[in-house]
Amino acid sequence: MSKKYTENELEIDLKDKEYEYGFYTDIESDKFPIGLDEDVVRAISKKKNEPKWMTDWRLKAFRIWQKMEEPDWANVNYVKPDFQAISYYAAPKQKKQLDSLDDVDPELLKTFEKLGISIEEQKKLSGVAMDIVIDSVSVATTFKKTLNEKGILFCPISEAIEKYPDLVQKYIGSVVPRTDNFYAALNSAVFSDGSFCYIPKGVRCPVELSTYFRINEGGTGQFERTLLIADKGAYVSYLEGCTAPQRDENQLHAAVVEIVVHDNAEIKYSTVQNWYPGDKDGLGGVYNFVTKRAIAYDNAKISWTQVETGSAVTWKYPSCILKGDNSIGEFFSIAVTNMHQQADTGTKMIHLGNNTKSTIISKGVSAGFSQNSYRGLVRVGKNAKNARNFSQCDSLLMGNDCGAHTFPYIEVKNASAQIEHEATTSKIGEDQLFYCNQRGLDTEKAIALIVNGFSKEVLNKLPMEFAVEAQKLLEISLEGSVG
Amino acid sequence: MLSIKNIHANIGDKEILKGINLEVKAGEVHAIMGPNGSGKTTLSSVIAGRDTFEVTEGTISLNGEAIDDLAPEERAHKGIFMSFQYPIAIPGVTVTNFIKSAINAKRKAQGLDDMPAGEMLKMIREKADLLGMDRSFLSRSLNDGFSGGEKKRNEIFQMAMLEPSLAILDETDSGLDIDALKTVANGVNKLRNKDNAVIVITHYQRLLEYIVPDYVHVLSDGKIIKTGGKELALELEAKGYEWIK
Repeated sequence: MSKKYTENELEIDLKDKEYEYGFYTDIESDKFPIGLDEDVVRAISKKKNEPKWMTDWRLKAFRIWQKMEEPDWANVNYVKPDFQAISYYAAPKQKKQLDSLDDVDPELLKTFEKLGISIEEQKKLSGVAMDIVIDSVSVATTFKKTLNEKGILFCPISEAIEKYPDLVQKYIGSVVPRTDNFYAALNSAVFSDGSFCYIPKGVRCPVELSTYFRINEGGTGQFERTLLIADKGAYVSYLEGCTAPQRDENQLHAAVVEIVVHDNAEIKYSTVQNWYPGDKDGLGGVYNFVTKRAIAYDNAKISWTQVETGSAVTWKYPSCILKGDNSIGEFFSIAVTNMHQQADTGTKMIHLGNNTKSTIISKGVSAGFSQNSYRGLVRVGKNAKNARNFSQCDSLLMGNDCGAHTFPYIEVKNASAQIEHEATTSKIGEDQLFYCNQRGLDTEKAIALIVNGFSKEVLNKLPMEFAVEAQKLLEISLEGSVG
Repeated sequence: MLSIKNIHANIGDKEILKGINLEVKAGEVHAIMGPNGSGKTTLSSVIAGRDTFEVTEGTISLNGEAIDDLAPEERAHKGIFMSFQYPIAIPGVTVTNFIKSAINAKRKAQGLDDMPAGEMLKMIREKADLLGMDRSFLSRSLNDGFSGGEKKRNEIFQMAMLEPSLAILDETDSGLDIDALKTVANGVNKLRNKDNAVIVITHYQRLLEYIVPDYVHVLSDGKIIKTGGKELALELEAKGYEWIK
């Protein structure tokens, strides 16, 4: 019975699934020699024409980093990067800022087309403004005018350092200090570019702000720095998504995202992450060591929604510091691991104000030989009255060679807190697949249906356009070439 | 319609079916009865193409075409439907979404476009009414937290939607109270016509009072040991399976 499809075959197919977007753009790069010392940090800063305060800030971070050790508490195994074997700056050799798509390198545009992210379409679609980052320097920014009229600042962070130094100086490092952790310190020293966004008091951003990041130059570590600020009563929904070209050497990605949500403001931050996960033998792939954190003041709300399908190794805990009274933190996550991917991801909810609320919904799907860990901390400070948290961690396993792990940490110092934690683990079984098959659904479609059903609570939190893309990505990440 | 010739099937090294022969014609209802472990569920699984069972000998054909090499979904596309004894839950996938996916998969296999949403909705409402299903039921997660009765009713609802030419009802009566049994049986009867056929697999005669069979087959130790009319079911009920051995 040749056409039959067993769970074992399914596993084999999943193992064989190759990276869909394995290509890279052939653009000449302006690249630094490898290695890192104070001179390289200075050179990066100089290359970007930064003011002295920024250079000094970087240098201080570098000195902090030098004294730090790479953390190893995460449930992941990998060859530690040789930080002296990485080039810390790569920019497309295209110096001037562009106002229109016509000025963009046609090679770049082709890349976007391959990814299905036609900027033209994106422009037309429901007013998504894009700040596209290819490697380290932004090459195109759209919708500036609309945003300008509202007083919204949305630009590459390098531009913000030049144009809005007071804002940058006030907020950079205020949520994720340079001393926070090894990768945050490294990022602070060498960050190449990233996005800056400021929504003024009482302004509701009329469009969803969107950034696409790509790693494009082999062997180049990419260190984005993102800073989002919603002033009192402001609102913004921010989307970040990415895919990366196929590579056979590890690529380090250590981003820092800092978010400040002032009184009565709200920020929704959605990510679709699809960095190259390595090949079926576990070679290559991106190391994704990211620090993302938000601070929420009185009555403010921050929502993190993430769909994680890529990277060889992921280390990422988007966190909420609920500093203000009545502030709300939310974390909705789907992490899919396949082949030899390893993910250690989750969140931290730090309750400091009174009547603070947090919700954690984490969905992990593991296939192949992958390891998928949820690690979450809920901490209630001793002065935080009536804090509430609800956490739900669900794991779905496919096959017998993968793993799902849950590491919840709860630290409560105020007796009025209410903390709930629920966790489930299930497996896509032969019986589930047969049931679907019997109704006429082939195995690929059945898996897509089951995984989408499993992930629904999180997918529903994504903005419409993104949800469709994310759903496709989940299917691509798990489907084999079922014949 | 369905022709089973000398089917032998194993699970692991153990032979469960030891030479089954069965002819089912369009418009007929066949009941397969037998004690636990006689091979009833294996037989339905083998017809549906489940590969946990290895067919070592024999052939099955549907409408004159051998289906031995077809995957379960291909058999489904050709009109085989099996109502499960224990329907499987798929959390997060609604009854509506599931049946929509199933219908469109079948249509795709037949070279048709997706069923227009309006038509789908009309059909879903019609069939839900036929089975006395509440509308709110349609937006619940498939078999997730369903009662035994709800699961079985949902199986028959899917059958009604997919309009199979051959329906196998595997222990559809188990876990049903008498009212639910009547509703389900009534639904099946309304769906019967001269072009389709039904195989009812059951322990007890009870369901056969409502879905009246043309033939009753007794399965024991992997073989059909007796075939008769509907009265055979009554006799079995009265005398037990030991009588026939």
